Amino acid sequence: MLSVRNLQVRYGRSVAALHGVDIDVPADGVLAVLGSNGAGKSTLLRAVSGTLRLHRGSVVAGSVEFDGRRIDRADPAAIVRLGVVGVPEGRQVFARMTVEENLRAGGIGARDATRRAAARARVHELFPVLAERAKQRAGLLSGGEQQMLAIGRALMSGPRLLLLDEPSLGLAPKVVARIGEIIREIHAQGTAVVLVEQNAVMALRVAEHAAVLEVGRVALRGTAAELAASDDVQRLYLGGHAESWSEAHWRHGGRTLARWER
Amino acid sequence: MNTFLQLVVNGLGKGAVFALLALGFVVIFKATEVVNFAHGSLVLFGGYLVVVTRESLGWVGASLVGILSAALLALAVERLLLARARSADANSLALLTIGLDVIITEEVVRRLGVTLPFLGEAWDAQPIQIGGITLFRTHLVALAVSAVLITAFFLAFRYSDWGVAMRAQAENREAAALMGIRSSRVTATAWLVAGALAGVAVLFIATQDFSGAGLSRGTHSIALAAFPAAILGGLDSTAGAVVGGLVVGLAEALSAQYISFDFSKSAVFLVMLVVLALRPSGLFGTRESTRV
Repeated sequence: MLSVRNLQVRYGRSVAALHGVDIDVPADGVLAVLGSNGAGKSTLLRAVSGTLRLHRGSVVAGSVEFDGRRIDRADPAAIVRLGVVGVPEGRQVFARMTVEENLRAGGIGARDATRRAAARARVHELFPVLAERAKQRAGLLSGGEQQMLAIGRALMSGPRLLLLDEPSLGLAPKVVARIGEIIREIHAQGTAVVLVEQNAVMALRVAEHAAVLEVGRVALRGTAAELAASDDVQRLYLGGHAESWSEAHWRHGGRTLARWER
Repeated sequence: MNTFLQLVVNGLGKGAVFALLALGFVVIFKATEVVNFAHGSLVLFGGYLVVVTRESLGWVGASLVGILSAALLALAVERLLLARARSADANSLALLTIGLDVIITEEVVRRLGVTLPFLGEAWDAQPIQIGGITLFRTHLVALAVSAVLITAFFLAFRYSDWGVAMRAQAENREAAALMGIRSSRVTATAWLVAGALAGVAVLFIATQDFSGAGLSRGTHSIALAAFPAAILGGLDSTAGAVVGGLVVGLAEALSAQYISFDFSKSAVFLVMLVVLALRPSGLFGTRESTRV
């Protein structure tokens, strides 16, 4: 469904972020992309969703194809209309707009009114809290609710491929588990997912396949089960990155997760 | 008391016109983050087209042509100049609009030469006497027309897909792009709307009642009052632009009567400074209330 070949991305003139990445997402699959800060995970998603330019980045070589169609030069709105929708890192809900208006903004990419209505019903079923808080300003929701709104908003155009950039970021473990269940549900309803995560435990539980990015290259790939079992994943995750370790440690309220235990 | 009432009504009439200009200015700022210093020249351009076509088309036809040309000029500026420099810094684009303002203004002024034509009115220019107060018809028409246009704008801004897309993009360009909102379309319509509003405003500004002067460089400087109006309202607030416009209109009318006519221009900017000193982001400017 999605196939990324030898993708090379640069920011500005000199900062190379991806050095030839190959990634495949089969129809109805869930691919987890793991890696530490700066590995190029978000860059990969930006290249797929066409938003690199907003960050002064550009594809210098390689290709991104969706259903056999090149999308690496397409603009974001066209990519959404093909059925590829992204949930940006840090949720980025429209804080000053109501929950309802956020969902409406998400549906602008889908012209068909019946499809919009169906998408809305699906979103309200997945996230009852969004129906309850329809009239509230999105900025006043809790972090977990904002993440649900960000995902719900992306589902409003009825995407066939959903790109999630660190949905667990800054959320309590219980909420992370809930987000994981929701991603599975979305997948079960027939939407393919690319899940970029630092939280490998959650990501590998949800995904079927996984790849590990390291400084702009795919360092490791396989089924989620293989990667979960591999020592390499654990080594790469610790990888001597004191910084990312402490960040993750802080993020999970000081609890040590299984992936840190050797 | 009668004088005061009269000043308030006439001040609101002027303010309503400033509100149209400030609203367009804010819409452009929200959509593109560009401060459009060429707004005054859009006003002049629309007025000039009215002057040129008035003889053959009559007031209504010429006014429509004026409004449409101001809108199309704004659209052309966006499409031909700004859209091509999208990655440029918003500040350099603002400087670009200053250059553009000079070019358009000087050209219109050059073409007008020594004539300072009034745009004329489609209504009776006689003031209305009610009780002891005198009201200018132009101001009342301006108030009514602005009320209709501003209401229509707010309904569209709040309830239409265009409004939702516009607000989404204003708040978060990247998230809006990820939702499939076409940024270029939102931006282009913002300029189009702002240009049309400027085209409407000039119909009132270059009249005997409003300024006592015809279309000229003076029209441009009157239109400049839209800047303090937009800024004291909060630059990124559409409601603020309307309130700001009315405040500026009132400040000008009241200070002209009670202090001195020459002081009224500075009074407008003084009010702006006082507002900014008390509320640095303007009356309705955004203060973030996001939970992270």
